[in-house]
Amino acid sequence: MVAPGWYMALAAALFLVGALGLLIRRNALVMFMCIELMLNAVNLTLVAAGRALNDINGQVAVFFILVVAAAEVVVGLAIIVSIFRLRSTASVDELSEMKG
Amino acid sequence: MVEAVLFVLMAVAALTGAVTVVLARNPIYSAIGLLGTLFSVAVIYVVHLAHLVAAVQVIVYAGAVLTLFLFVIMLIGVDKSERRIETLPSQRIGVGAIAILLIAGVVAITVFGNFEWVPAAASVIDLDATNGTVAAVAEPMFTDWVLAFEATALLLTIGAAGAVALAHYRRRN
Repeated sequence: MVAPGWYMALAAALFLVGALGLLIRRNALVMFMCIELMLNAVNLTLVAAGRALNDINGQVAVFFILVVAAAEVVVGLAIIVSIFRLRSTASVDELSEMKG
Repeated sequence: MVEAVLFVLMAVAALTGAVTVVLARNPIYSAIGLLGTLFSVAVIYVVHLAHLVAAVQVIVYAGAVLTLFLFVIMLIGVDKSERRIETLPSQRIGVGAIAILLIAGVVAITVFGNFEWVPAAASVIDLDATNGTVAAVAEPMFTDWVLAFEATALLLTIGAAGAVALAHYRRRN
């Protein structure tokens, strides 16, 4: 039996990698993948906590996060495609009109 | 023992995939790295007896979401000329600070934290008995969480409609 804390640590490490990738990368698609990584880390935390506390609600919460992630990917990728149509680039550095 | 071996294997695979997502220059390699992470996390779900969640993870994430990613990568072309020069110099410092803070948090939780896992009240379903089956997950979803469930249905409808609206957008003139 692996202690729940180890799963938490793995989830935190995955979240860390995702967060750093979101800050480091400039390609909008890769940034999106990093957001998916972070969502997966949270899902892993919920499942591990649900197992440790013997509570099924952790798994139910994962489903809602899955739905939100799917909706987010659909809308986000549509935005990226329409930006690409207008600008022919997927780099977020090029999109700085709203800079103060 | 089996769980420990599986945990180490899947943790290494998941972290390798995650690092590949961040470091790969070609977005296709990033997508494949994400696929590896998703499968590893699905295996960990099976270890946690969350069988339905594991199946949904493979079908929805690895199946639908990742395919959508690959479609878009193919559609807009593989843009290899991502600039490595940082345009926001202060962000490097911010990234380093956040990394140190998060690593410190992980160490604090795993090494110094003596967290007590107290199983909740008697209303809780015994996970070992039900094994995270469809019935076990659906029962709270359609009773306690039915409002949230309906809200997600609305969200998916709006998301699909929004994606279609964005895809049909044309600049005037």
